[in-house]
Amino acid sequence: MVRYCFAVAFLALGAGGLFGVIQALHRTGIYRGFIANQDYYTILTGHGVLLVLVFTTFFIAGLFLWAVTDSLDTPVASEWTTKLWFRLMLLGTLLAGTAILGGLTDLVPVSADVLFTFYAPLAAHPIFYIGAALIIVGSWVAGINYFRTFFSWRQDNADARIPLRTFMVLVTMLMWFIATMGVAVEVVFFLIPWSLGLISQVDPLLTRTLFWFFGHPVVYFWLMPAYLVWYTILPKLAGGRLFSDGLARIVFVLFLLLSTPVGFHHQYVDPGIPEGFKFVAMTNTMFLLLPSLLTAFTVVASIEHGARQRGGTGLLGWLKALPWDNPAFSASALAGLMFAAGGFSGMINAGMNINYLVHNTLWVPGHFHLTVGTAAALTFMGISYWLVPQVTGRPLGLRSWASAQPFVWFIGMVLMSNAMHRAGLAGVPRRTAVPQYEGFEYVSAYGSYAEMRIQIALGGVLLFVSLLMFLAVMWDTYMNPKGGRLTVNSELPAALSGPEASPKVLDNLWLWAGIAVLLVVLAYGLPLASLVGDGLFDPGSAPVPAWLAGLLG
Amino acid sequence: MEIHRFEKAWLGFALLLIVGLIATITYGAVGPGVAMISDSGGTIDSSALGEHEQFSDPGVRQVGENEYDVYVVAQQFIFRPGTNEPITLPADSTVTFHVASADVIHGFSITGTNVNTMAIPGQVSKITVEFDDPQTYGLVCHEYCGAAHHEMAGTIEVVPQSEFSIEGTDSGVADLTDEDADADGGEN
Ligand code: HEM
Ligand SMILES: [Cu+2]
Ligand SMILES: [Cu+2]
Repeated sequence: MVRYCFAVAFLALGAGGLFGVIQALHRTGIYRGFIANQDYYTILTGHGVLLVLVFTTFFIAGLFLWAVTDSLDTPVASEWTTKLWFRLMLLGTLLAGTAILGGLTDLVPVSADVLFTFYAPLAAHPIFYIGAALIIVGSWVAGINYFRTFFSWRQDNADARIPLRTFMVLVTMLMWFIATMGVAVEVVFFLIPWSLGLISQVDPLLTRTLFWFFGHPVVYFWLMPAYLVWYTILPKLAGGRLFSDGLARIVFVLFLLLSTPVGFHHQYVDPGIPEGFKFVAMTNTMFLLLPSLLTAFTVVASIEHGARQRGGTGLLGWLKALPWDNPAFSASALAGLMFAAGGFSGMINAGMNINYLVHNTLWVPGHFHLTVGTAAALTFMGISYWLVPQVTGRPLGLRSWASAQPFVWFIGMVLMSNAMHRAGLAGVPRRTAVPQYEGFEYVSAYGSYAEMRIQIALGGVLLFVSLLMFLAVMWDTYMNPKGGRLTVNSELPAALSGPEASPKVLDNLWLWAGIAVLLVVLAYGLPLASLVGDGLFDPGSAPVPAWLAGLLG
Repeated sequence: MEIHRFEKAWLGFALLLIVGLIATITYGAVGPGVAMISDSGGTIDSSALGEHEQFSDPGVRQVGENEYDVYVVAQQFIFRPGTNEPITLPADSTVTFHVASADVIHGFSITGTNVNTMAIPGQVSKITVEFDDPQTYGLVCHEYCGAAHHEMAGTIEVVPQSEFSIEGTDSGVADLTDEDADADGGEN
């Protein structure tokens, strides 16, 4: 099943990446022949949904399934349930995908040009919302199955510490259950009935708030699996072992507690939300930096330890001793490096008054191509080089391509994302097909807009090339005959300071989940009450299909 | 649990950084007074802007010496005013924008400034800004609002005081009704 999950994830990655390069060329004006301007948003919806919903969810579901069964050394609790969630998620993907691609042709009367944030009152065809809901429901079923697997292990191991990887999976899933409540309520109670015509209007600000309740923690749903890799697998690839097991657990608990009550930081410039709520969200957001900063420390320390085990010396000389030619290592390490840069631009986004400068500009995609687009995506690609041979029993194909791939991604992303950040500062908006307007020009403090556009396009092409290299390696691996010498070693060494040294209360998942819910109630109780206070559907808006607009334009 | 000496130092540094960031932003809000978009604009029936006191005839109103209110309607795919005719304002003035959407969510961002807000149906966004020197600014819709989103833009022209006059007959100082005074009383 891990194999099937990965296969779907890679297909989504390929298609999403194709859309990405089309966007990069189209919006910079380098080549506009693929699509008409108004179809740009269909492509962009596809890019967002395929990459941040389909690719990540399938990959993570597979990765977690492996992490739980491998670290507990037991089979999954219910094979039947595993098939169920896979099918639910696949069906959801097909429905949502049909709705999106329907926007490109007149043959089918469906479309969903609403981007992956689907803000009401722009409306998509109902099957888009139903598909999205099924993907999430499928992920819940998967989560429940990991928990059941853990409980059955618990019966035979009453006093043992939860193995680190399983602990990380369970904490991440708890976070996910809490976070997805917002979007589930939004889609099930408001958008689906509204798109079907069962209710006539929804409150755009309320649905938007519910979306962002989910919209920020979802990024931790992408990052925490990358952290799992960095904490448990990367140190070993570097030749050493994790520094501290206990600290890793603390970091995950902090994520569980802090990642949900922050969504308002995406709504700093929304009217209708009092300043105080925004301020609370900002303080939480800033504290959410803590676990990431701790991770940076531990992961770097563990890698350094590994390098010194391999004979590296000197203040920075140890860097040379690392296995840069091992793509699983280099991808994860480069991803971590880019994440540091993304962390800095994230701190800027989080500052509520600086946010005025960058909100909804190209700065924002510049930022998250470093975080989810690299920290998560490149780590997932890299670890596939290590994991896919293990789960398929087939040796890795095209090894030299695999070794080069992470570096191509890195260079492409440096070009694209740094130019996007700068263009954003000049005021160039995100999500727009042709950001060239009559009557004014963008002025940049440094470098010209034309030069930034070329960098974005060039970076986008390199990223796409890198993606093709990755897919070729995976294809070749899936085609390789079984057996032979796998070049990977799947043993993971224990941490330098093991779980025995850390307080047992860390393993009390219910306690942490309870506190997390409490924090959410504190941060969201009042704002939601005031939004709902004037009526659940008021001030309301009826659906506006995005395509009607096309007829006018 | 054993926490390594370097780990402790790093933890301290991280906490310091976080508290520092919060402190600078708080200072920004209470010191120079960078006000946030908030709920002070109030709510509105977005399907009936035509019947609204101000939004039925959006535009610039003078509300004091060097103080102006600008009412803007954002709709697929124009700003009224802004797109078909520029929003003209005098230099050295304090301007409060009131933005309402007539249909879907739009953005309202003046390039090169920190005027940046969402226009959400049902809500009025209110943001105050000072314009010093004469200059032409771009106004863009930076939230996807439909198939011609990329065409939704406008300009803001800040002209020397001497060249400024409010055109039209019914939108001058005379328009300063009690309603306006009220809206202004609740300044950010
Ligand atoms: C071949 C690699 C990629 C290229 C060339 C690419 C290019 C782009 C470009 C140019 C945009 C900006 C579109 C706009 O605002 O007008 C964009 C948006 C976006 N990209 Fe990528 N991207 C790539 C990979 C990824 C990956 C791996 C992820 C995440 C896993 C990702 C997630 C996103 C998201 C979430 C958006 C925002 C969509 C929206 O605003 O609705 N991209 N991409
Ligand atoms: Cu617009
Ligand atoms: Cu727009």
